[in-house]
Amino acid sequence: MATQQTRSLARFMMAPSVVLLFVWMIVPLAFTLWFSFQQYNPLNPIRDGFVGFSNYALFYSNPAFLQSILNTLILVVSVLLITVIGGILLALLLDQPIWGQGIVRILVISPFFVMPPVAALVWKNMIMHPQYGVFADIARFFGGQPIDWFGQYPMLAIIIIVAWQWLPFATLILLTSLQSLDGEQKEAAEMDGAGFISRFIYLTLPHMSRAITVVILIQTIFLLSVYAEILVTTNGGPGYASTNLPFLVYQKALLEFKIGQASAGGILAVILANIVAFFAMRAVGKNLDK
Amino acid sequence: MARAVSTQHKTIATAAAWIVALLVFFPILYTIITSFKSEQEAIQGFNLFPSGTTESYTAVEAQSGYFKFFLNSVFLSVGSTILALLVAIPAAWSMAFSPGKWTKDILMWMLSTKMMPAVAVLFPIYLIFRDTGLLDSRIGLMIMLMLINLPIVVWMLYTYFREIPGEILEAARMDGASLWNEIVYVLTPMAVPGIASTMLLNIILAWNEAFWTIRLTTTEAAPLTAFISSFSSPQGLFWAKLSAASTLAIAPILIMGWFSQKQLVRGLTFGAVK
Repeated sequence: MATQQTRSLARFMMAPSVVLLFVWMIVPLAFTLWFSFQQYNPLNPIRDGFVGFSNYALFYSNPAFLQSILNTLILVVSVLLITVIGGILLALLLDQPIWGQGIVRILVISPFFVMPPVAALVWKNMIMHPQYGVFADIARFFGGQPIDWFGQYPMLAIIIIVAWQWLPFATLILLTSLQSLDGEQKEAAEMDGAGFISRFIYLTLPHMSRAITVVILIQTIFLLSVYAEILVTTNGGPGYASTNLPFLVYQKALLEFKIGQASAGGILAVILANIVAFFAMRAVGKNLDK
Repeated sequence: MARAVSTQHKTIATAAAWIVALLVFFPILYTIITSFKSEQEAIQGFNLFPSGTTESYTAVEAQSGYFKFFLNSVFLSVGSTILALLVAIPAAWSMAFSPGKWTKDILMWMLSTKMMPAVAVLFPIYLIFRDTGLLDSRIGLMIMLMLINLPIVVWMLYTYFREIPGEILEAARMDGASLWNEIVYVLTPMAVPGIASTMLLNIILAWNEAFWTIRLTTTEAAPLTAFISSFSSPQGLFWAKLSAASTLAIAPILIMGWFSQKQLVRGLTFGAVK
């Protein structure tokens, strides 16, 4: 039984974390909300002042806004599809008895530890460069024409890079879940004559469903705010072709100094993230009840 | 295992797994290989066998003072992790061992702060940093990284601490151990592995953080993420140098990552997958 003394001690020990996180969350957010109703331009302060909802109207009527929302969704959904399906296949493969499993695991997980700017630059210059990249070498070897990835298919290029970064994470989590599947259950299913496909559909997949949910939710949180990969590869272009919501907000705030509009965009990003967070919390919260 | 695995099956699985693993690892491998080429070699088409020159490494250090960025990365990631641990250990300890009515809600709320998109608060943070003189300062960025990772640190420690059996603590208490003795002699030795894993994962996350570290620094406090971003516009022949710089930027953390892959699952899923 916790005594009164230990209970107040517990509260005292928790305080620094709670206070720090509270301040960190509420202060900047309050500023952003305030700025979203202001005209504020550090370069041209004469017209600064309260403007109601016009920042929201301006930001949302900008054609780049719709494009950026679309790009954000395309990026999130495509990377999720690639990493979850690829992750399941890879996890199934790595779960087989193989020689050198430890090294294979290390090779597969490695991209996750590569910092985003390095990942993006390596893909941009070493792999996808239309002249000196490996893809161009391969295309020329087969007598084809090298593709200008970032000029012609900027979104696809970014999707490939981001999926490469996140595939290891999905694989690792799904593999962990797969390995916790009861061996006896698997054998029993095999004895009952269940083939690989039906074992996968009726036994493995349901067992992994929780891990899949977690992968989707955690990745979504990070994928909604992809930034460095776009910054060092396409810089959002050509035009707005590869601009996502975070990148548009960044452009408005630090390149165009339209702080009001950027803040209105930021508030929208918060709302989007909260919708996702709501589902994420429920999935993680279930674990606490055990 | 009741059934012997046929050698044929194992051979096919091994071949498939190695091919996939090498494909996934290829961009990193090719970067490392290219870093040992001269600039001329680097643009002469696909070639897996470099001449082994280290001129690119020398050039990278001479040109841009790589080492200073490296030191900043070390300082920021280790510093912010230690700060976070100092704040989080007492919190996680109290939540795991004397949970109250609100413990679960507090944990959930902490997690929710992690989900706030950084870009939404970019400008306010920028202003606060500018007006307090923290822009491009290591201390400012260290605090920032500490705050970003604090929820993960608390959660990871919490999931580890929760697995320490409460009975042991009760037994210690029965034997008349004071709270202080309980923490120092009973709890700490059992908590050290969990704390070490948490530390490892958080150094990695802080090292690779690429939003605030790029936006809030210019020269003095800039870590490797900022250094490497400066390569985004090509300057003449720079493939071998880019490879050398990239290799240097990722090598320490890649090796750390290999040792902490198990913790990754725990840390990033907040204990939801084991």
